[in-house]
Amino acid sequence: MNPKFDVDQIKDKLGLGPDKIYGVMGEFSEPEELVEAGRKIREMGYTKLDAMSPFPVHGIDEAIGVPPSKLGWMVIWFTVLGILTAQILIWYVGAIDYPLVIGGKPLFDFSYTIPITFELAVLFSAFASFFGIFIFNGLPRLYHPSSKHPSAYRASDDRFLLVIEAADPKFDAGKCVEHLRSVGADVVEVVEG
Amino acid sequence: MSAVLQDPQLMEVNPPLVAGDPGYHDLSQKICQIVEGDVLKTPRKYWITLSVIGSITVLLVCMLTFLVWNGIGVWGNNKPVGWAWDITNFVFWIGIGHAGTLISAILFLFRQKWRTSINRSAEAMTLFAVMCAGIFPLFHTGRPWRAYWLFPIPNTDLNIWQNFRSPLIWDVFAVSTYFTVSLLFWFTGLVPDLATLRDRTASRLKQWIYGLLCMGWRGSARHWSNYEKAYLILAAISTPLVLSVHSIVSFDFATSVIPGWHTTIFPPYFVAGAIFSGFACVMTLLLIARWTLNLQELITIKHLENMNKIILVTGSIVGYAYGCEFFIAWYSGNTFERFTFLNRAFGPYWWAAWTMYTCNVFIPQLYWFKKLRRNLWVMFVISITTNIGMWFERFVIIATSLTRDFLPSAWGEFHPTWVDMCTFAGTIGLFLTLFLVFARFLPMIAISEVKGVLAVQKHQFKGQEVIAK
Repeated sequence: MNPKFDVDQIKDKLGLGPDKIYGVMGEFSEPEELVEAGRKIREMGYTKLDAMSPFPVHGIDEAIGVPPSKLGWMVIWFTVLGILTAQILIWYVGAIDYPLVIGGKPLFDFSYTIPITFELAVLFSAFASFFGIFIFNGLPRLYHPSSKHPSAYRASDDRFLLVIEAADPKFDAGKCVEHLRSVGADVVEVVEG
Repeated sequence: MSAVLQDPQLMEVNPPLVAGDPGYHDLSQKICQIVEGDVLKTPRKYWITLSVIGSITVLLVCMLTFLVWNGIGVWGNNKPVGWAWDITNFVFWIGIGHAGTLISAILFLFRQKWRTSINRSAEAMTLFAVMCAGIFPLFHTGRPWRAYWLFPIPNTDLNIWQNFRSPLIWDVFAVSTYFTVSLLFWFTGLVPDLATLRDRTASRLKQWIYGLLCMGWRGSARHWSNYEKAYLILAAISTPLVLSVHSIVSFDFATSVIPGWHTTIFPPYFVAGAIFSGFACVMTLLLIARWTLNLQELITIKHLENMNKIILVTGSIVGYAYGCEFFIAWYSGNTFERFTFLNRAFGPYWWAAWTMYTCNVFIPQLYWFKKLRRNLWVMFVISITTNIGMWFERFVIIATSLTRDFLPSAWGEFHPTWVDMCTFAGTIGLFLTLFLVFARFLPMIAISEVKGVLAVQKHQFKGQEVIAK
């Protein structure tokens, strides 16, 4: 066995373990309540917030301060890469590596590269957006401490969870529980990492 | 809340997209229970249907084996009809796929909320239809194990590159891109629903499988932010993609010099026809699913009526294209072009042409009447006649143009063989088998998206309640 493989060390790095706290989580039953509570909690000065919901809740990003997704930038670069790949491929193959005159047509011309260039641009952007979701979200992930909350399994069904993460500079477990209760959360619990 | 939903005046103007005012949990329950039921306790009628349809799929495997063993001479293709049922079936299946992407991408960009109940099954239908389509050109090559020659992969047994000036290679790129992008789009939509399934099941094994498939999705606000951005981009790139695919398919014909093929109207005409046939196919499948799985609350008459309106519009575009083709054939003054179109309507294949005009142009006009647009039996019959008509459209375009082109000495006729027929029937079997398996083992309706619509709906009706006061 590899001596460097130390479970405690890895857990420590990931912020897991009974002595670590992930955050304080509270439950809501309607999306409007979640957004309202999120806004109030943020106004109290908390910055490291998260919310879990079974569907995208309108307005939650502004309420708890989730920055706009940067995924679009990655996709644009891949679109450009797709266009270049198609152009270089067709030019190299037809005009350099195996020049073959067919029907007196030029060995390379932009007009007949349009369909394939378009298709490859689409293909590359599609791959970028698909993998982008997982790369930007830090997935795949086998385990997440938020699943320890008793209502976590309902966050994909009919419950909306608000989290104040322990990484927040203002974090204090007792006060957070109080604050979450004051904005109307049910089942408020301190969740271990 | 429910009192507001039942207000008849309100229902008339803007009926709710999710009927019966269910809660979020009811929705998960309704959709997931189909998937979660014990496999062994699946109703017997499901297994009977699956085995009947499955045996047609076995027939497909037998036919393809027979074809590879003997060579493509077992099909009816011969001079002068070198492209026959194989390309007809290819275009037919690819066309059917188009409705799925239209529903998932174009209607998404147009903010058509009613798409949410039907987009998952329509996207699945796209994937299965494109699989069926791919079989035909693949086996028409005669040596499907050399299919990699179609792609620019350096190899030592061909030692030649593809001719990128040919529309046939464009088609290879278009169809394979289309399949890949449709698959990614479909799976992206499935991820949050797989997480729902993971959280609902008590079985350790199922939790593990669904957990791996959804890759640890937990519905965090950051997840949704990136997810929605990616979904929007996928929709935005799929929209031109779906228009490009059938345009490129039509280039296979339009760039040739055969009378009846060499026309610039082909790309828009093919795309409209594809959406027309695809919507009809979604309609057939949804009506069956709605009835057998009791999904009346989620797939309401409003959804079906909206689809019928699209069928009416695209059917009329197709009718316009037919008329336009005839006009241009006459107006061009080209002898061959004029002859081809007269031959199409009154030559040896007149019956095929008139089946196509009747099914595609005349019958859908019944949808001008609201009563017929909302009648389940009428829409079921029309959805089937539409697909019969669209199959004949491709057959008419391909076969009549090839049987009689320029010199009468080169004319001929086309006769399909039993292998042609059984192979086509086999792909229908494959398509239905895949759809049936999908409907049983994956959520057929996008749970998270319908919940989003439900949230808006609740909000909307709440607002109207306030105004009413």
